Amino acid sequence: MLANTARIALKTRHAATLSRFYATGANGANTLLVVEHKDGKITGATLNALTAASKLGGEVTALVAGGDDAVAQAVAKCAGVNKVLTAADAAYSKNLPEDMAPLVAEIQKKYNFTHLFAGHTAVGKNVMPRVAALLDVAPVSDITAVEGEDTFVRPIYAGNAIATVKSSDPIKIVTVRGTAFEAAAAEGGNGAIEAAPEAAKANLTEWIGEEIQKSDRPDLATASRVISGGRGMKNGENFKLLYDLADKMGAAVGASRAAVDAGFVDNSLQVGQTGKIVAPELYIAVGISGAIQHLAGMKDSKTIVAINKDGDAPIFQVADYGLEADLFQAVPEMTEKL
Amino acid sequence: MSSALRIFVPVKRVIDFAVKVRVNPAKTDVDRNVKHSMNPFDEIAVEEAVRIKEKDPKTEVVAISCGSAKAQETLRTALAMGADRAVHVEVKDDSTLQPLAVAKLLQAFANKEEKKPDLFILGKQAIDDDSNQTGQMLAGLLNWPQTTFASKVDIENQSLKVTREIDGGLETISTKMPAIITTDLRLNEPRYASLPNIMKAKKKPLVKITPEDLGVDITPRLQTLKVEEPAKRQGGRKVENVDELLDKLKNEAKVL
Repeated sequence: MLANTARIALKTRHAATLSRFYATGANGANTLLVVEHKDGKITGATLNALTAASKLGGEVTALVAGGDDAVAQAVAKCAGVNKVLTAADAAYSKNLPEDMAPLVAEIQKKYNFTHLFAGHTAVGKNVMPRVAALLDVAPVSDITAVEGEDTFVRPIYAGNAIATVKSSDPIKIVTVRGTAFEAAAAEGGNGAIEAAPEAAKANLTEWIGEEIQKSDRPDLATASRVISGGRGMKNGENFKLLYDLADKMGAAVGASRAAVDAGFVDNSLQVGQTGKIVAPELYIAVGISGAIQHLAGMKDSKTIVAINKDGDAPIFQVADYGLEADLFQAVPEMTEKL
Repeated sequence: MSSALRIFVPVKRVIDFAVKVRVNPAKTDVDRNVKHSMNPFDEIAVEEAVRIKEKDPKTEVVAISCGSAKAQETLRTALAMGADRAVHVEVKDDSTLQPLAVAKLLQAFANKEEKKPDLFILGKQAIDDDSNQTGQMLAGLLNWPQTTFASKVDIENQSLKVTREIDGGLETISTKMPAIITTDLRLNEPRYASLPNIMKAKKKPLVKITPEDLGVDITPRLQTLKVEEPAKRQGGRKVENVDELLDKLKNEAKVL
């Protein structure tokens, strides 16, 4: 009852914005949010996806698969969640798409959601297109804005163009770029928890193991501060200068393709069109000229700093603060003064 | 010795990764009148298939591309890298060809071929639409296992062990063939096609078929309402020294 009243209030509040939406039906949106969780915690990207789903204005039901009751209870408390479905079988705990996709498709057939949302993470990217194929729907990847119930904004060409797309499918399957939406509040909700319908297991794949990098530094894709090195670092050993500065600032370390191709650091650190896309609060580019492939991966950062001895380097055109200096002096000096 | 594998490698012709794309004046698309080449992740897919073939020469590698007539250039590149034969699914306007349609074309082709594939190796995403969907959708349509974002592939008989790039690290999955693999950047370093191999590739078989031959409806489900330039950044301010930089970051940008 309380949830219903809240929903009506929400709808009234959104009436002005809804009028420019391409309405798909009198009842509005009814969304399933596929929750990603690991080690008993909801991943941040799920909370961003919840915010995106809430912009549709309708009800949000969250699916917690994998048998973690604590996660289901935490999700039920998130602001904007009306209901939580739990698929208790531990078979879902590794997010294997061969099992997850039939589960989501089965739930969809029972509840007839208008929208299926998830974060555009390694898990969301892996599972949601498979769900879409089972339901014969064209999914919309990596959205950065919700324009209406069937209209979404997404970057193409690694962020060098922004497309507004309209889906003609009856079900909208969407993955959400985490950095484009605020995280939903983890408190304030009061969703009911109920069991999801059973789905047959495919048993096509076996999960062998994982190697999670145990670094004290934050994950590159989600870090609020990132320090990247380029060809100007000259060799792999010199990256220690960046690690020292990163540790002082609680930053992740990245690299340009030139630094990766030259063998200074591992591929997994590459920021850019074919590497990782990051949008931290602070991005410090050290010894990076600023080729378009690199800019594609970091130009949505809030504040960009460039340290480069070539005053004409293109990176200075996008940098909020540019320091024209020898990095081998400037970086240790910064580390010392912080 | 295991039985010979048949590997299908879908490849896409896209605007070259080094080109700065520009939105067209009508704001309906980007300017496509620029250099194109094979999608970088697909080069990695071809390379992986060719490396498997080098270990077991009985392996057959089939490159497939769905697109306009110019997709044949991309297929010739795949043949020059070592693919055995190529299939071109010709469509008039590849700008409206979407991942769901491509996945259905590939599914229909796999089902139609007398000799069934054991593996599809695809790039994890095309660098033009950035969807990251086709491999997963193909796996869903075929009800085959999928090992996406692969950084290491081990094959033994009809078994597959794949190390995947996940958020925060790596994960290993094992499965049986037939299966789908999508490639991540770390999987391998693609070779350059040598001139003799480029010449040899011209003689390798390339057949052309149409979506109608495969009985697939390729009508787009997503309509692009508009395409815009991203917001420009107001960059260009320089500071004199490290002290000024740290001061600005602390007191002006408030990010330290």
